[in-house]
Amino acid sequence: MTEKFDAIVVGAGMAGNAAALTMAKRGLKVLQLERGEYAGSKNVQGAILYAAQVEKLIPEFREDAPLERHLVEQRFWMMDDASHTGLHYRSEEFNEERPNRYTIIRSQFDRWFSKHVQEAGAIVLTETTALELLQDARGRVIGVRTDRAQGEVLADVVVLAEGVNGLLGTRAGLRERPTRENVALAVKEMHFLPRETIEARFNLKGDEGAVIEAAGTISRGMAGMGFIYTNRESISVGLGCIVSDLAKTGHSPYELLEAFKRHPSVAPLLEGSEVKEYAAHLIPEGGYKAVPNLYGDGWVVAGDAAQLNNAIHRERSNLALASGQMAGETVAELKGRGLEPTAKNLAAYKTRMMESFVMQDLKKYKDMPALLHASSQNFFLTYPQLVSKAMQNFVRVDGTPKIEKERRTMKSFFAARSLGGLLGDAVRMARAWR
Amino acid sequence: MTKETDVRVEDKLYQNRYRVDSGRSHIKVTPHVTPSPELLALVKLCPARCYELNGNGQVEVAHDGCMECGTCRVLAEGKGDITWTYPRGGYGVLFKFG
Repeated sequence: MTEKFDAIVVGAGMAGNAAALTMAKRGLKVLQLERGEYAGSKNVQGAILYAAQVEKLIPEFREDAPLERHLVEQRFWMMDDASHTGLHYRSEEFNEERPNRYTIIRSQFDRWFSKHVQEAGAIVLTETTALELLQDARGRVIGVRTDRAQGEVLADVVVLAEGVNGLLGTRAGLRERPTRENVALAVKEMHFLPRETIEARFNLKGDEGAVIEAAGTISRGMAGMGFIYTNRESISVGLGCIVSDLAKTGHSPYELLEAFKRHPSVAPLLEGSEVKEYAAHLIPEGGYKAVPNLYGDGWVVAGDAAQLNNAIHRERSNLALASGQMAGETVAELKGRGLEPTAKNLAAYKTRMMESFVMQDLKKYKDMPALLHASSQNFFLTYPQLVSKAMQNFVRVDGTPKIEKERRTMKSFFAARSLGGLLGDAVRMARAWR
Repeated sequence: MTKETDVRVEDKLYQNRYRVDSGRSHIKVTPHVTPSPELLALVKLCPARCYELNGNGQVEVAHDGCMECGTCRVLAEGKGDITWTYPRGGYGVLFKFG
């Protein structure tokens, strides 16, 4: 292959598809490389899709995209071993003409997305692993070497949308391998049940959906979260913990997942289900401070590969879509103006990113990962246990005077964290949130 | 043994779809006498339980069930305990749902 492209996109996940679609729609000659059997076969997510970002790429996506349920209810659970304290938000306003959030199944959604990328004119080469970036003597990226026979392809720009575990960028020294502190390992199962059963158990009708995000003793004091997402005829159940915590404690991810599934608040939701898949994936959790250099001579990086994830709002794929689109727009604009994709010119991608919600949101929460990870024992174990005890104390009526009950609750908090500790945590949390 | 260690990862992986590249492991453990803490951690940490201790106390890898998450790469590639690459195009885990 000696054909030269305007752009090569490495990876066909959310970021890669957004970039490839954006550039192909603007008439660029695009080659997209995907190592899986089809786009989506290597991709794993919970998964929640935010409509606003998809609309920017494919305005009428609701007509034929494989969407599972539109979300009308969000539950946050703080768990100890026997109970959960919940905050539920449900609104009829989410039953709208153009719903805001959907659950999706990634392999199906990505396949559909890829069809649109191909219709826009991009060439999508599946079952092709990208092995390394081709660089000229001055270090400028000029193409990709793949595992196909005569597998070198050239392009003006390479968009690295190769995922959290992407090898090309790190092999070429463009960014570091993610550190164990900055990624979470998540495991997930797909539990199948008749749709009526799911609707009855989660109080849903029609295509309404509910999601549960859970934290507490399920992660054994490690920084971690569990999740339960309703699809049409299946429930995604998973749990993720920071890799450095897992390495330190020696907990196995599948054992944590089993314990989560057996929790008395969770087990009845899953009872009688048939498990059809078990998946594992890394999630970037380092936030703003872990974002690498986003561009250089002849290349840009987007999505998980750029460690983009707003963990507080579960927006990993949303930031992937947004960054992929901005990368695509930047490259297309340079091409349109006849400008070379040098580092100097591609800096426009970073400018765009910094001005958008992507980097502004990450910046807002820049201290959150460090706070939660460094104090994981407090935030993921001690506080959930204290809150459970306080709720138990409040709800159970047993003849103890209420003033005595309140005193006991206060005492348990001071005993566990001390007044200084409590105030310090509150201040640190407020600062990190600000 | 606690209840938690009864999880059979093989049964979980049995549900998955793979196209295994027989005889071509995309992960290789560097020969060692005593495993590093990272390699030992992988015996517990790998979600597909690809890493096992052999009779001589060394860590071995079997790539068949690998879900290509990259956890072992993040932990153990830096100091050279393992080498990690992607399987050839079309091979490896093929998620039905993902």
